[in-house]
Amino acid sequence: MADGPMQHRRRRLHLSHRRRRRHRHRHRHRHRHRRRKVPETPLAKDHPTTTLAPPGALWKIPSVMDLTFSPQHEAFRAEARAWLAAHVPARPLPSLDTAEGFEAHRAWEHTLFEDRWSVVSWPVEYGGRDVGIFEWLVFEEEYYRARAPKRVSQNGIFLLAPTMLEYGTEAQKTRFLPPMASGDEIWCQGWSEPDAGSDLAGIRSRASRDATGQSWILNGQKTWASRGAFAEWCFGIFRTDPEAERHRGLTYFLIAMDAPGVTVRPIPQIDGETGFAEIFFDNVEVPEDQVLGEVGAGWSVAMATAGSERGLSLRSPARYTEAADRLFGLYASRGGPSASADAVAQAHMDAEAYKLHTYWTASRVARGHAVGPEASCNKIFWSETDVAIHSAALDLLGPEAELLSAGAPGEWLDGYLFSLAGPIYAGTNEIQRNVVAERLLGLPRG
Amino acid sequence: MDFAFTEEQEALRAGVRVVLDTECTPDALRAFDMADEAARAEQSQNRWAVLAELGATALVVPESADGLGLSDVDLVGVLEEAGRAGLPEPLLQTAALAAPTLTALLPDPAAAAALAALVHDDVSFAVGGIDVTPTGPASPTEVSADGTLRTPRVEGARNAGVLLLAVRDADSGWQLHAVPAASCTAVHTPALSASRDLSTVQWPLTSDTLLAYGVAAEAAVGLLADRAAAGTAALLIGLADRMVAMSAAYAKDRHQFGKPIGSFQAVKHLLADARVALEFARPATYRAAWSLATAQPTLSHDASMAKAMASDAADLAARVALQVHGAIGYTWECDLHFFLKQTWALSRAWGDAATHRRLVLAQLRAR
Repeated sequence: MADGPMQHRRRRLHLSHRRRRRHRHRHRHRHRHRRRKVPETPLAKDHPTTTLAPPGALWKIPSVMDLTFSPQHEAFRAEARAWLAAHVPARPLPSLDTAEGFEAHRAWEHTLFEDRWSVVSWPVEYGGRDVGIFEWLVFEEEYYRARAPKRVSQNGIFLLAPTMLEYGTEAQKTRFLPPMASGDEIWCQGWSEPDAGSDLAGIRSRASRDATGQSWILNGQKTWASRGAFAEWCFGIFRTDPEAERHRGLTYFLIAMDAPGVTVRPIPQIDGETGFAEIFFDNVEVPEDQVLGEVGAGWSVAMATAGSERGLSLRSPARYTEAADRLFGLYASRGGPSASADAVAQAHMDAEAYKLHTYWTASRVARGHAVGPEASCNKIFWSETDVAIHSAALDLLGPEAELLSAGAPGEWLDGYLFSLAGPIYAGTNEIQRNVVAERLLGLPRG
Repeated sequence: MDFAFTEEQEALRAGVRVVLDTECTPDALRAFDMADEAARAEQSQNRWAVLAELGATALVVPESADGLGLSDVDLVGVLEEAGRAGLPEPLLQTAALAAPTLTALLPDPAAAAALAALVHDDVSFAVGGIDVTPTGPASPTEVSADGTLRTPRVEGARNAGVLLLAVRDADSGWQLHAVPAASCTAVHTPALSASRDLSTVQWPLTSDTLLAYGVAAEAAVGLLADRAAAGTAALLIGLADRMVAMSAAYAKDRHQFGKPIGSFQAVKHLLADARVALEFARPATYRAAWSLATAQPTLSHDASMAKAMASDAADLAARVALQVHGAIGYTWECDLHFFLKQTWALSRAWGDAATHRRLVLAQLRAR
């Protein structure tokens, strides 16, 4: 991401050279001042000003650091903004956790896809624009600014796709990515089980080879599968070697939800809608070419997905800066007690800090570095920021906060309920704190 | 968009760190703590000479005035290292406040003379007479009946060569002066941290020392307050980093119930929370430095945000560090208390987190 005219400017910092030069000055002035003592006569009379800078001297030498977007990025932003202004539905779509809303959101994904806005960072051959990480961030900023619909294909495009691009075969990418990008095939995640949540490596659902050796037979139960009630496909991990150490012997599968033996039981979420599902696998046959990555390597493949979920790609900062801006608007229009003023300012700062942190990490990535273990801090921060933003809004709404109304108050309540899931999903924040303590601070495993 | 430091900037920071690892060890801080005034002044003088030799004090002074000609983005890492080391000397006041303020006022003779003293004579500076309040800068400087001025809580006044002092008069507004130490009387006010050398300064109001008045002084004071907020945020980031690192090391070493205490989640999670707060205060602090270096219109907002987040992060780190260390952290036998005391002071200096939250909110309203 080479931006700005200062990008290639070499800084001059030669401390040894400086030292020599400063020595010269010291010698020059030593006869006039005792070191370390305050001059006894007024300074102004003692020092000629002829050696000092002329008026208007350039003292702010711009650093190479640049927090502005390049003209190319801004052009991309303008294009995205114009497209979104012309295409975002004027009225909010029905909830994507209803059958009707799910299809409305799928149609929106298709609209995005037709003009190549659904997966901008993907390779062109799979429906993307092959743009860099900053364009992706710019697109996300514009997407949330436009208050465009939620992404029903989120699990696929943000969680599975990065893993598939890294571990998938060419045939898998060609088969699965384009319909994922278009919304024709929506994916759900089959990871958690009734007895394996935070302790994900404790999963018991099993896969074994069939008699021919060409397919796998899956048995077991998955739960908390968002979009599971309506999705066409499921990505999940199953135990393929019961004898192996529990992090080994797991394999990552791609499973058609209409395969014989798959049973879905929708679970009403806290808002009463069927956002979750339990999925039962009863001798479900899955062909060999629907294994993602190596057999037995499911844990590391899955952790690559978890990395993107916790790291950069699931929660773009725009989501929080947009909500914090709306929160400030609510406060500005309604006023509130001083505790609310504090909360509004803090929400704004936290959202912006998350954005800056993302730019910081993205700059590393753009320079070819890895994301780094610092990303393990992200999920704790964005999820708690999200809760704080929405609870501050409910505080400002006061007695209206509980109303299931259309428009602003209802949206805040809806957002609050959704935010409360954040500290739980994608690895609870308690698990995340362990990760931060162990990987970033080097504390011993308990 | 490239939110990163250059290799040269990283090298500068690393160089300062190496120097401070030698010159500002916990043993040196302990000796400083125990010393009398004269011995403290001597230790400070020696360390200051090393920092000046390195060019750290004149980092943002232009080359035409014999400085290094670098920017606030170069300086922020140096300040962070000063914070990490618990440096008692007024690097912030000299390198981050006085140097750019005086540079901006050139070719004013008083400013030029003071800047020359900074660059060539390696004098240190004190900055006083500005309190940051939720409604903006206010001056605690009082005018006595005899025409002399009294400014409370001026840091580093006793060892400073020149003092940048502000006074605000209800009728005529702000004035900013560069007062030679010889013209001032500094009466020491003991503070909890030995590293915080605070004095009430009595100084004469004369036109000889005047740097700016009226609108220009108001702008200079506003910018000084922003610079102080951003620079103090960098010190606090360094302090927080030091305290988290010390505590993590201690938690690995200290055993109870037959295990390192760092293996217990109750301890892990305390430290993780401090580490997360630091992680997100850091880019806010670096952004404020960039906004200073490039004179962004959002500078005041960015500086206040940095100070609010860094104050909160450092306060949390201090709280957690003491808890993780347990009883030993509460003593003079452990190094932690040097950093705790600096944190408690600096998190409130130049506006605490709550004050800066209000300033951020005011900036949002003005957008």
